[in-house]
Amino acid sequence: MLNIYCPYCAEKRDEQEFRYAGEAYIARPERPDEVSDEEWGDYVFMRSNHKGLIWEQWEHVAGCRKVVVVNRHNVSNVIQATYTLIGGKEAFLAREQTTQGVV
Amino acid sequence: MSSEYFDKKNRYSWKSLLKNSFSGHQNWPQARRMATLQSQYDVIIIGGGGHGLATAYYLAKEHNVGKIAVLEKGYLGGGNTARNTTLVRSNYLWEDAANLFEHSLKLWEGLSADLNFNTFFSQRGVFNLGHNLQDMRDIERRVNANTLLGIDAYVLNAQEVQDKIPILDCSKRSRYPILGASWQPRGGIAHHDAVARGFARAASHLGVDLIENCEVIGMDIAEGRIQGLETTHGYVKANQVGVVAAGHTSVLANMAGLRFPIESHPLQAFVSESMQKVLDTVVMSNAVHGYLSQSDKGELVIGAGIDSHLGYGQRGSPHLIEHTAAAIKELFPQFSRVRMNRQWGGIVDTTPDASPIISKTPIKGLYFNCGWGTGGFKATPGSGHVFAHTIAHDEPHPLNRAFTLERFSTGRLIDEHGAAGVAH
Repeated sequence: MLNIYCPYCAEKRDEQEFRYAGEAYIARPERPDEVSDEEWGDYVFMRSNHKGLIWEQWEHVAGCRKVVVVNRHNVSNVIQATYTLIGGKEAFLAREQTTQGVV
Repeated sequence: MSSEYFDKKNRYSWKSLLKNSFSGHQNWPQARRMATLQSQYDVIIIGGGGHGLATAYYLAKEHNVGKIAVLEKGYLGGGNTARNTTLVRSNYLWEDAANLFEHSLKLWEGLSADLNFNTFFSQRGVFNLGHNLQDMRDIERRVNANTLLGIDAYVLNAQEVQDKIPILDCSKRSRYPILGASWQPRGGIAHHDAVARGFARAASHLGVDLIENCEVIGMDIAEGRIQGLETTHGYVKANQVGVVAAGHTSVLANMAGLRFPIESHPLQAFVSESMQKVLDTVVMSNAVHGYLSQSDKGELVIGAGIDSHLGYGQRGSPHLIEHTAAAIKELFPQFSRVRMNRQWGGIVDTTPDASPIISKTPIKGLYFNCGWGTGGFKATPGSGHVFAHTIAHDEPHPLNRAFTLERFSTGRLIDEHGAAGVAH
């Protein structure tokens, strides 16, 4: 059972209050009309799904109903940090640059 | 049907049982050969679970591909093969999926004889319960689709279900009353360990090297072609590599620089104490979300839902167990005081359309068999059979032609969420 800190409610809450919303910060193609089927399929379906520290979205459905970003290790389930969508983006990009996406 | 590759000494039969009983069962031959990793193979299968061993077996038996090895990072059949709820059925909705699973079910029916090993395959029937009108419409649609494909399937009303499963609460009192069910009499259960051991023994006798405790840590790819593998036992050259790694598919895909539409989730199951036989079939309910059968040892084998979040930790959250236990108690009120013996989690590789990927990849000589999600056990022989064909001929078997990786860009998905049994 995860305990997730919600930055909006400023409280650590039970996993059951949240709904999982998948991998965070998947970039939508800027011009959807112009991308190939492969690129669009990649955006819609393909996932990193790597083992280790991942960036994921959780929706606080039984609380503030906002989407929060969680940086969690998917083997130990240790949550490193929780962010708002905007607040996490910087940390995400900084981490991506140092590790080239592989953690 | 006969398995001639076993010589007289190694073949299990009533004669060998009688003969060995005179020597106190001390002189049985070793079930399989111990092998060490060679420097080069024609085909390497990554993953020594049911699917991987079946692939190696059918490759060795039906295709002339040369030297074959199976690399397993733990012990044979110790991953999801040891962690599932052993259900076998083929009542899927779409033609592509139903034909593939039916192919598998037909192989199951002759498997014990084929492998000269008792897989404890028991065709005790599978019931999928309907709890509301939409459930019943879906059930009728699926049963009609199955019947058109020659798969045995029936729609039963509540009274007929009650007659067949006396201990199921089919009364109108229950919170989610049972309106009826689909029934596949040829479905049932098999013994997971026996399946893995049977395939391992047969493959080993056909000359396949089964290497345990050997983890693949890198792939050597040059000129768009697989050249070999980096393993914990050293480097090994390979002409062709088939990956059958279930939950760890994405980890291996990363080594090859490929992206897959797969998410790995924990899926839990639990088993009760042994008790007298009270349930002689398999009951599944998507609406209240529980499914169970009773093993030959008398344990109730119960499957829970998947955890919503990604995880590689082989354990899940307690609230899912609670949810499933509540569902089982709803269906079978008299199980409320049954004690649970053990609980575990496996890592399932779910795809967006709940159908597997059995496919070539952009890298020559590299093949993937994955995405079985929560329902791979039932497909073990069929999956191995068509994957062996795909590797040996470098093109898919007619039955897995639709299960490509390309379907996620062409949009030709095989949406089996309704028949998959576990919501994901």
